[in-house]
Amino acid sequence: MSHSVFGKILVRQLLLAYRRPAAVLNPLFFFGVVVLLMPLGLGPKQTVLAEFAPGLLWITALLAALLSAEMLFRSDYDDGGLEQLVVSDDSLYLASLGYIVAHWCLTGLPLALFSPVFGQLLALPAEGYLALATSLALGTFVLSAFGCVGASLTVALRRGGMLLSLLLLPLEVPVLILGAGVVERAINGMPIDSLLSILAGLALLAAALTPVAIGTSIKISLEV
Amino acid sequence: MLESCLLSCKDVAVIRGARCLLSSLDWHLHGGELWQIQGDNGAGKTSLLRALAGLAPQSIEGQLVVNSEFLFLGHKTGVKGDFTALENLKLQLGDGAHYQTDRLRDALRQVGLADYADEFAYRMSAGQQRRIALARLFLVDMPLWLLDEPLTAIDVDGVALIEACIEDQVRRGGSVVYTSHQPLKLDLSSRTLYLPGKGQSPHVA
Repeated sequence: MSHSVFGKILVRQLLLAYRRPAAVLNPLFFFGVVVLLMPLGLGPKQTVLAEFAPGLLWITALLAALLSAEMLFRSDYDDGGLEQLVVSDDSLYLASLGYIVAHWCLTGLPLALFSPVFGQLLALPAEGYLALATSLALGTFVLSAFGCVGASLTVALRRGGMLLSLLLLPLEVPVLILGAGVVERAINGMPIDSLLSILAGLALLAAALTPVAIGTSIKISLEV
Repeated sequence: MLESCLLSCKDVAVIRGARCLLSSLDWHLHGGELWQIQGDNGAGKTSLLRALAGLAPQSIEGQLVVNSEFLFLGHKTGVKGDFTALENLKLQLGDGAHYQTDRLRDALRQVGLADYADEFAYRMSAGQQRRIALARLFLVDMPLWLLDEPLTAIDVDGVALIEACIEDQVRRGGSVVYTSHQPLKLDLSSRTLYLPGKGQSPHVA
């Protein structure tokens, strides 16, 4: 049955999100609110906003991903779903990959799709839109993968949110630097292929390796 | 000897944190056997069952061999409130050809939830949610069942249902290990593994 567990987890998570739309809208709402507040804090000068826009948008995306990571395995841990997953003959590797892809579809992908709109609100030059969306699409996949690792490690801990942030931030900072760098270079008319390739490589590496860590972390968490 | 058993423990100790729950457990389970694990609260019944299911490998010392596929039903049922009873079964078992909707509905009928198949689980009582989990017993053909307190939150009809289900499994040559404070009324010979707790060695009663 292991060939179907990836699809089973993906469908289940997407269906759960459909039933509880707040879980999907929260990161997007957070992203939108922060972006809307920026001009109030930094002032309405378009040149100032445009200068900070790549970094601000990426920091907001990172925080939105962090915000949604904590609850990733919570309900499955509380209701025994994770126990059933571990004792089944399903592949824990594919199941973990299913969790990552589902989380990305529900948080990173909508952010990437809506990012040009948010970019416009921060006076991001039009040359940066595509770079922003592409870098977010690739980068948020890495953030989702790291988020799943952290969430699976801390799911059994009461009030593990702080620990999760401490675990994830050092891992996610390189993605932030690369992502913001892509947008910065695109605005300045410089080639972005190399940085995007690195982000794509990171995403592939995360897809290949983090499921191993997630599976092991789930097993460890169930022992607590 | 170890290889011929479905499940075998040799000098097994179960440790939780700094506390040794039981030690020197020598126990062999063969096909067609029914075992009840008994003991006071905190004696290690659930910990032993979870260890048998492979959920707590770090808490085991000694030689534990499980030579069989098994179905594990723990305290937590894995039932999700945001899904209907039918969806819960589908998503727990996989949506392959083996589990056609009619078969799933039939399993729900067998656990007395025929009218609740399309009802969201969060609208059901704890006992009804447990019945959804128990419906898996009618769908998954496994030689060994590990059931942790299967009677929790179950009414009288439900207890009779579980008893019939377990009898059927054992008569078909399967084995069942269950923890319960309340012995089942079965027309079968059953054996009891009693856990005295406090790190002492369990004995067969």
